[in-house]
Amino acid sequence: MNGPFAFTLALGDDALIAAQRLAEWTTRAPEMEEDIALANIALDQLGAARLLLSYAGELEGAGRDEDALAYLRDDREFRNCLLVELPNGDFAVTMAKLLVLAAYQVPLYTALADCPDERLAAIGGKARKESAYHLDHAALWVKRLGDGTEESHRRMQAGVDQIWPYADELFAAWPDAPVDPAILRSDFDDTVTAVFAEATLTVPEVGWTPAGGRDGVHTEHLSYLLAEMQVLHRAHPGARW
Amino acid sequence: MYGNDFPGEDPPGGLLGEVEAAEAALRAAAERGRAAAQPGEDLAAYFAEVVDADQKIEPRDWMPEAYRRTLIRQIAQHAHSEIIGMQPEGNWISRAPSLKRKAILLAKVQDEAGHGLYLYAAAETLGVSRDELVDLLLSGRQKYSSIFNYPTLSWADVGAIGWLVDGAAIVNQVPLCRCSYGPYARAMIRVCKEESFHQRQGYEILHILAHGTPAQKAMAQESVNRWWYPSLAMFGPPDGDSTHSAQSMTWKIKRFSNDELRQRFVDMCVGQAEVLGLTLPDPDLRWNDERQAYDFTQPDYDELMRVIKGNGPCNRQRMEHRRRAHREGAWVREAAVAYAAKHAEKEKVAA
Repeated sequence: MNGPFAFTLALGDDALIAAQRLAEWTTRAPEMEEDIALANIALDQLGAARLLLSYAGELEGAGRDEDALAYLRDDREFRNCLLVELPNGDFAVTMAKLLVLAAYQVPLYTALADCPDERLAAIGGKARKESAYHLDHAALWVKRLGDGTEESHRRMQAGVDQIWPYADELFAAWPDAPVDPAILRSDFDDTVTAVFAEATLTVPEVGWTPAGGRDGVHTEHLSYLLAEMQVLHRAHPGARW
Repeated sequence: MYGNDFPGEDPPGGLLGEVEAAEAALRAAAERGRAAAQPGEDLAAYFAEVVDADQKIEPRDWMPEAYRRTLIRQIAQHAHSEIIGMQPEGNWISRAPSLKRKAILLAKVQDEAGHGLYLYAAAETLGVSRDELVDLLLSGRQKYSSIFNYPTLSWADVGAIGWLVDGAAIVNQVPLCRCSYGPYARAMIRVCKEESFHQRQGYEILHILAHGTPAQKAMAQESVNRWWYPSLAMFGPPDGDSTHSAQSMTWKIKRFSNDELRQRFVDMCVGQAEVLGLTLPDPDLRWNDERQAYDFTQPDYDELMRVIKGNGPCNRQRMEHRRRAHREGAWVREAAVAYAAKHAEKEKVAA
């Protein structure tokens, strides 16, 4: 696949799958305000996904729109990172996932806003402001949970331990992409380690760094997520909604 | 905003004009002002005068204890309905058939959470806390609208809920924009404006389905068949059997009877169903020239009573879902309190 198309598709898939997972929290959040906040973040991710997938479809030039890309591809054709497809777990796991995702998306979208591709630059310019809010929100909860009660500290550390290995895949070198994610790593590390320190959490030792999402080799979870997401659309081929 | 892809397909007969008129009346009442009760004045007489003059009772005003209790119950049950009402529609977020529909539905369910919070805040002005009210919901001592005890079995149900359930809610709530209690009236103005967007999106969903493939049209019709009578039952028991109505009318908490509102809703829906190309499942539905209104078949009030008593298809599921979210979130809420306390302590030490 060519650079800009594959890259745009990967970013769009990250945002789409993140939105799908976050939306699963609707009506289940620990407090009513958080139900609204998580829906808000899911909506931002979904909005970015729609822009990115629509543009990916144009770059590809095969007549696929956002819905064709979202609903009519199988799991092996999705290019999202593994992080976003992992199940939500408890609220601590979800906040660990969101912190890692947002701490990656903020510098990514910021760099994208300055890239020569005008469409991607416009998307980056819009999405970075939203991601900055996601990062604030996740950081606040990681600190509250890490430095809250004994129980919340235990759960938050467990969440970070579970999620941390999946961060590595986000920064795999991609030299011909409009923004090479490898250059974002130090920014990410600074952000996240500062939050962990304030949250009295330990940065996990990394001995295992799962990857494969960018090549379409996913965890077992993605196929189930897609089965649910795509079921109705696929049951009515060609229908308008 | 939900885009403008469907020009000219708004449901005819909008009620937004009435909401705006109520808002204008609220402003006019505030401008007219009113003399504060003087010390030693007869407070009950003063209260009655304010209500009779269509002025608003505000939280600081004296009010009869029964008025306060009635309002707390009504506003809280309205808030509970918004929160529980997120579930049937939330059921389709993960499977919404296009990304655009997914975004609209997610935003809609989020709005309902916002309405719930806004209404709990209005109830709190009457001297009760949100936590107490949530406990009353979770322990089953306060109810929510029975309509949410029906399942959403197809995507078309998201449309039918928007068109019929939100439509019925708006017909019910528009008069509440003129309720004598100020905070509730103001909350209702805001809620009604957003609900009219919800009704419109539901109508759009059904319109597209009804003009789509044969399978989509069948899905839409089947859904309207299931939701029509439960929507009519949302207006409550017939006037003769309604227990709270008369006193609420005098207090100007309620302005029209259950049957009047039900009739208004039926009259509004008939034309809309025609535009949709869908049939309302009532063979006896016909225009009555003498009454200048539609004759229609009443909903099954025995069924309504069964559902209110807890034996609808989803009562247990809806309550367990809410209790579970509350229970599983307890450790998070406790952590937030502990964190805030620690940091307040640190700031105190620093200062």
